[in-house]
Amino acid sequence: MASEAQGEETGLVFHPMEQFVVKPLFGGDTVMWYTPTNVTLWMALTVLAVFALLVLGTSRRAMIPSRMQSVGELAYGFIYRMIEDVAGKDGVKYFPYIMTLFMFIVFSNFLGLLPMAFTTTSHIAVTGVLAMAVFLTVTILGFVKHGLGFLGVFWISSAPLVLRPVLALIEVISYFVRPLSHSIRLAGNMMAGHAVIKVFAAFAAVLAISPFAIVAITAIYALEVLVAFIQAYVFAILTCVYLKDALHPHH
Amino acid sequence: MEGDIVQMGAYIGAGLACTGMGGAAVGVGHVVGNFLSGALRNPSAAAGQTATMFIGIAFAEALGIFSFLVALLLMFAV
Amino acid sequence: MATQTNDAAGQAADAAPGMPQLDFSTFGNQIFWLVVTLVAIYLILDRIALPRIAEVLAERQDRITGDIAAAEDLKAQALAAEEAYNKALAEARTEAQTIVAKAKADMQVELEAAIAKADVEIAAKTAVSEKAIAEIRAGALDSVSLVATETATAVVAAIGGSADADAISAAVTEQMKG
Repeated sequence: MASEAQGEETGLVFHPMEQFVVKPLFGGDTVMWYTPTNVTLWMALTVLAVFALLVLGTSRRAMIPSRMQSVGELAYGFIYRMIEDVAGKDGVKYFPYIMTLFMFIVFSNFLGLLPMAFTTTSHIAVTGVLAMAVFLTVTILGFVKHGLGFLGVFWISSAPLVLRPVLALIEVISYFVRPLSHSIRLAGNMMAGHAVIKVFAAFAAVLAISPFAIVAITAIYALEVLVAFIQAYVFAILTCVYLKDALHPHH
Repeated sequence: MEGDIVQMGAYIGAGLACTGMGGAAVGVGHVVGNFLSGALRNPSAAAGQTATMFIGIAFAEALGIFSFLVALLLMFAV
Repeated sequence: MATQTNDAAGQAADAAPGMPQLDFSTFGNQIFWLVVTLVAIYLILDRIALPRIAEVLAERQDRITGDIAAAEDLKAQALAAEEAYNKALAEARTEAQTIVAKAKADMQVELEAAIAKADVEIAAKTAVSEKAIAEIRAGALDSVSLVATETATAVVAAIGGSADADAISAAVTEQMKG
């Protein structure tokens, strides 16, 4: 941590990564698998937020929706239409799963943007589990639905015969990179944005550049609000794309 | 002394890895720019292709995120 | 400088590893709570939220299609009413025209009868008048020749001559012709 060492000399203190530390909620040092930590807290808040929006918001079942209900219906229609467009009609069966992923990610991202918050989706452990779950589900689903015919997803029959083995190799590699890129995209985006905000926050302690730093924090924060939604959207739409490959492996 | 050299190499590597993000920026800009020029020629077809654009952005951006990851790994994990 | 950096790095590593994301000791915890969270969200969505929203949306869709159908019905009714109105209007107009034409024809007949009657009366009156005029004219001519003869006799007497009554009446008749 050279930046930290330098910072101590010049009066600047950078702790861009401190916000991601997993801490037990009720004191103590050891983090066992069952220990309630700040991860637990913010995930519980995510569940509460989902519950508030989609259950409490729609509790009146109004014909003319209130604002909350409109937002809930908008989210429902958004994901539903996305699955229908990308994965096809038979992908609609998996709507609750994709909706679960999307709601979890979008609320984790937005809650993580609150000051002093902990962003659960900035951890590779979390996004890795999400991505591996999608990857394994999609792969198993593909083999269950199509048997060995699922391997046709790697054998691009529209390409010239000479190129097919090469393309098949590339396809196989890109297939196995999917969970990696899928998880690291989300975690990386969240981590990078929050770390950058933190770095600029440290700059704000210096009087000469603090106005600039505060303006920059505001701008980056606005960008992060956008990114928080877009990353959840991208995660969901890529899940749909992978699902489409499993349901219709022949291009 | 030996550890210093390793650390120096790691930091230099981290800095170099960050240049990869420029490539991702170019890629994302290319995707969106081409989408926009196509959308302005045929605005009625643009709405249906927004999802495709986002998928393209995601793929282009993933590589930039990889370089960011490499930089972080070099700085903190090596 | 070098030792300082190393110390700082070491301290940081002790307090918290450089990247908390790569601290594998917390992975179990995170994954456990993530699975709990996902199951909770899935149950909330699958059991309560999604069926409810789907129901509300379907209901609204039904209502909208129902309303649209009702609106189309009403529109069709309105069109039918307008058509009936137009038809009635056209009928009334043709009827009015027939009535007007009939009235005109009736009036024409009456008028012609009246004119014929009047013509006859006028012709009769004219005949009577002409007869009267002819009588008056004959009377007047007689009177004129009488007056002229008398006047001519008087004038001749006044001049101092004696006039033959026959000659005078012949002259008067001559003058009257001219």
